[in-house]
Order: sequence, then structure tokens, then C-alpha cells
Amino acid sequence: MARVLVGVKRVIDYAVKIRVKTDKTGVVTDGVKHSMNPFDEIAIEEAVRMKEKKLVQEIIAVSCGPSQSQDTIRTALAMGADRGIHVEISGPEYETLQPFHVSKILAKLAQDEKADLVIVGKQAIDDDCNQTAQMIGGILDWPTGTFCCKVENNNGELTVTREIDGGLETIKLKTPAVLSADLRLNEPRYATLPNIMKAKKKPVKKMTPKDLGVDTSAKIDILSVEEPPVRQAGTILPDVDSLVAKLKESGHI
Amino acid sequence: MFATCIKTLRVNNKFGILTRYESTLVIAEHNNEVLSSVTCNALSAAKKIGGDITVLVAGTKCDAVVQAVSKANGVSRVLVAENESFKGFLPESLTPLIIATQNEHKFTHIMAGATAFGKALLPRVAAKLDVSPISDIIGIKSPDTFVRTIYAGNAIQTLKSKDNVKVISIRGTSFELSSLEGGSAKCDPAPTGDYKTSLTEFVKQELVKSDRPELTSAKVVVSGGRGMKSGDNFKLLYALADKLNAAVGASRAAVDAGFVPNDLQVGQTGKIVAPDLYIAVGISGAIQHLAGMKDSKTIVAINKDPEAPIFQVTDYGLVADLFKAVPELTEKL
Repeated sequence: MARVLVGVKRVIDYAVKIRVKTDKTGVVTDGVKHSMNPFDEIAIEEAVRMKEKKLVQEIIAVSCGPSQSQDTIRTALAMGADRGIHVEISGPEYETLQPFHVSKILAKLAQDEKADLVIVGKQAIDDDCNQTAQMIGGILDWPTGTFCCKVENNNGELTVTREIDGGLETIKLKTPAVLSADLRLNEPRYATLPNIMKAKKKPVKKMTPKDLGVDTSAKIDILSVEEPPVRQAGTILPDVDSLVAKLKESGHI
Repeated sequence: MFATCIKTLRVNNKFGILTRYESTLVIAEHNNEVLSSVTCNALSAAKKIGGDITVLVAGTKCDAVVQAVSKANGVSRVLVAENESFKGFLPESLTPLIIATQNEHKFTHIMAGATAFGKALLPRVAAKLDVSPISDIIGIKSPDTFVRTIYAGNAIQTLKSKDNVKVISIRGTSFELSSLEGGSAKCDPAPTGDYKTSLTEFVKQELVKSDRPELTSAKVVVSGGRGMKSGDNFKLLYALADKLNAAVGASRAAVDAGFVPNDLQVGQTGKIVAPDLYIAVGISGAIQHLAGMKDSKTIVAINKDPEAPIFQVTDYGLVADLFKAVPELTEKL
């Protein structure tokens, strides 16, 4: 396989406790720590490992979003991606951007760049959609291996182990194909300082959805974003006996 | 003048159909033997939309499932597609079937449970229909307005879809089980076609066998985390679970450490559960874990660290060594 396209998203860091805006239009993002979506780190890592095994020649990291998304691309480059493409979308357009739009952008880039494989994370931890890989597969009519925890390459045919509800499932896919990375696919590496420095020299092409002929007009209206109901503080019990008593009292046993 | 009248009538009629007559296609999830319970949750979500409900049963063996679903309350029609092409329920072969069905019947909504099956399939269908799918909804405000969680359940988003066909996956725990009795739907064949795909091939499944209730629909769940220290120690939880007729779950830490298989993971990226009683043992309560269980009716935590974030969501907390407390609890039940 010559070329892998990896989608990376800039999201609020997974460890941050998010706050909902008081006007209920969204969550507070200004001044909040952002980083690469954890599942996308796994996607990049898998592509880099394929390259290290000489199964892949070139890795292109793509991110759709505001100008800060370039930082996310630089992280991917520092992990081992060869070049980046930043598809700039910001402001209100970005707020209603859906996997619907991103998958069209990635599908078009996969064709333009003659990619044999597209890898994305199984879901972004902000919108929790879990749609992009599946939609790219649908647009391109490529087979899609979702929720991958193991990928083996036999001369262009991929054997993929997927995490499903009752356990694991194995399927074979013909390339070109789309994969979505699950948590247990690999352990992503840290970008080392020398690699971060080297990444600064790697090329990042800037584009707009318009350049790719993708319409990013809103497919949804966000009516409100609210805090989830807060649970009442509970009690700390002194021993197992009082726990048993409480469970009996509340009718659970 | 007469012509204008007819024209107005026609326009009104068309408008009426678009606004009033909803029709939903529910994709049945099954294993060629048994209908998955999440499909019954999806049926009650479909009822909330209003209008006609059709269920599509596709697989290599559909008889038993068609039998069951055709008696389901509120279902008006069952479409059956039994074919070897659907071995392994691959999205690449099911999508063309669903598109053919949609082209013939023009549903306003296409729906399935937000399980590994539904999540893998529906976005591919949506891409083919050129609409933006809506994942894992927890509420329906109107036929085009839905409620879902974002940021690991830490915010609740209400959105209005602008698409003419709504492709939706539903969170099973947010909709009650619709009864599989009282209905008598007619069964028809689904549109025939060549659904065999050369792109993907199903090889095998390795399912974890268990006599315990299924995790996502169990009334009681006992979960273990990193504090269990080893896979062997999960025996303590199995013993407790047996006493309570509970399912056993786990945190990501316990799965990553190899204590238990991945299909037991509860959380943002694992399964979402909302049992009557959730007992978290040796689980600190990271944001990602809470996302999968904080809608449980009663939450109990056993943890030796009084500062563990899990205690912020528990109804009853026990600050104790789980290796003493769990056997004691099992014995006293």
C-alpha cells in the first residue's frame, strides 16, 4: 500500500471537566486545554507502525477545523506522519460541522491523494458521534472495518479483528478500505523533542472545503446544550451491615 | 380557477403527507435465532415518532425472529430478507438492501439500536442517502428534534435535523422495552437484489459465553476496576453477581490490564448501562467510566480511597478494602 490518510481531530482534552455555557449554546472552549482526540492518536500510531513494517510508504494527516487544528496536525507529524493537510473551517460553520461534512472532505482527499487506506478514530470524545469512518466507506464504496483492535496486512488484503458487543469478530477487507481504531488497537507513542522539532519542517497544506467542492452548510440546528441532571449527594456507610440494610430498605434485595 | 384549486389541493396534500404521516423503518438486530432486546427499545422510540412502523429482518435465518417481531405491539409490517449474503451482518451487504427498501417505501425515519451493529451500519446508510445521521439519542421531542449526550455525558444537546430522512441510532437504556405481544403485523418479502459483497468477508466471531444476564439490559450490575488487582480476583465479583442475579461489568483499566474481556467495558466507549442497582468495586470513577453508568437508579461504590471521584455520584458508599467487604457482602446477602 502506498499511502494512508489519517483523520485527526482537535478536541477538548479528555481529562478536562467541561463547562456548559450559561446561554446554553454550547460548551466553553476558550482558554480550555485541547489535544488530539485519543482515538486519533491510536489511528496515527497504527499508520506509523505500518510504515515501520514497510507496508506503507507515506502517511498524510488531515484535520478539519479552526487554525489551532494545525497544532494537532503537528502532533501527528511528530508521531511519524509525513505531511499534513489542514482544511480550515471556523466560526459558526465549525459549530454545526458534522461527520457528514468531514467524511465528504476526507473521502475527496482520499481520492485526490490516491490513498489506499483511510484510518480514523472510532469516535471523537467531544461529539461522541462514531460516524466518520462508516460514512467515508459509504461515500467511496470502500469496505469499512469499524472498532478495530487488530489489523493484519496480507498483500493488500486486511484481516481485521473488531470489538463487538459480545466479544470479538474477524473480517477480511479488500483495499482500498477504511478503518476505525478502537482503544485496544495499540499504545500510541509519545512525540519526542527531536521529532517535534523535525515535525516543524514537514509540509502542511492549507485548504478550504470550497477547494474540495464540499458544501459545509448546516445539517442540524443546535437548539440547546444543557447541564445533565445533578445526582443528589449520597451517604458514606460505616460497614457492610448498614449497606445490606440500605439495599433492603430501598428494595434492591 | 378550477386549475388553481386543484393545484392548491395538491400542494396542501403534499404538505400534509410531509408533516403528518411519519413512517419509521426499524432495523432488527438479531443473531439468526433471537431478536436482540435493543430492537424492542427501538420500537418504543419509533412509537414516539408516531405513524407507521415497519421492521426489517435481514439475516441468513430469519424465521424465529420474524415470528417474534410480527407479534410486537405497534408494528404494522415486517419485511423479510433471508439470504446467505447477510452472513455476519456486514454493513457492505446490508446497506444496499436498506437503500432498496427505502427507495420503495420512502420512510421518514430509519432507526436501530446504538449497539456495535447499529453504529457500524447506520452511518453507511446515511452516507448513501446523503443525510447526516444522529447517534445514540436519549430522547425524542418531535419527529425532527432529538436529544443526545455529548462530551461523555457531561452535556445534553437538543438538535433539530434538517434532513428529509432521519437516520437515528437510539440508546437502549433511554427507551423502555416495547412489548412483543398484542400485534399482528403482515410479513412481506423485502426488495430482492444482489446483496453479496466482494469487498468484505466475515471470517469468525469469538463470543464470550456467560450464564449471567446481558450487561446492557441487566437489572443489577456489579463492576470491577483496577482495584481488583487481577483477573483471578474477579471471582469475588462473580460470586456477588450470582447472589444478585447481576451482570458483571468492568472499567477500562480492568480491561486494559487484561483482567476481563473488552465486551465487559462500561463507559463512554464501552457499553452504556442504566440498571436499578450498580455496584462499582475498586473503580475510581473517571469521567469516561461515569458516562456509561451514571443514569443507574442506585449507585453503590466500594473503594478504599475516600477521595475517589466515584463517591460523588454514589447513593451509598463504603470506604473499605474490597477484598474484605465484597466476600462479607456476598455472605450476608
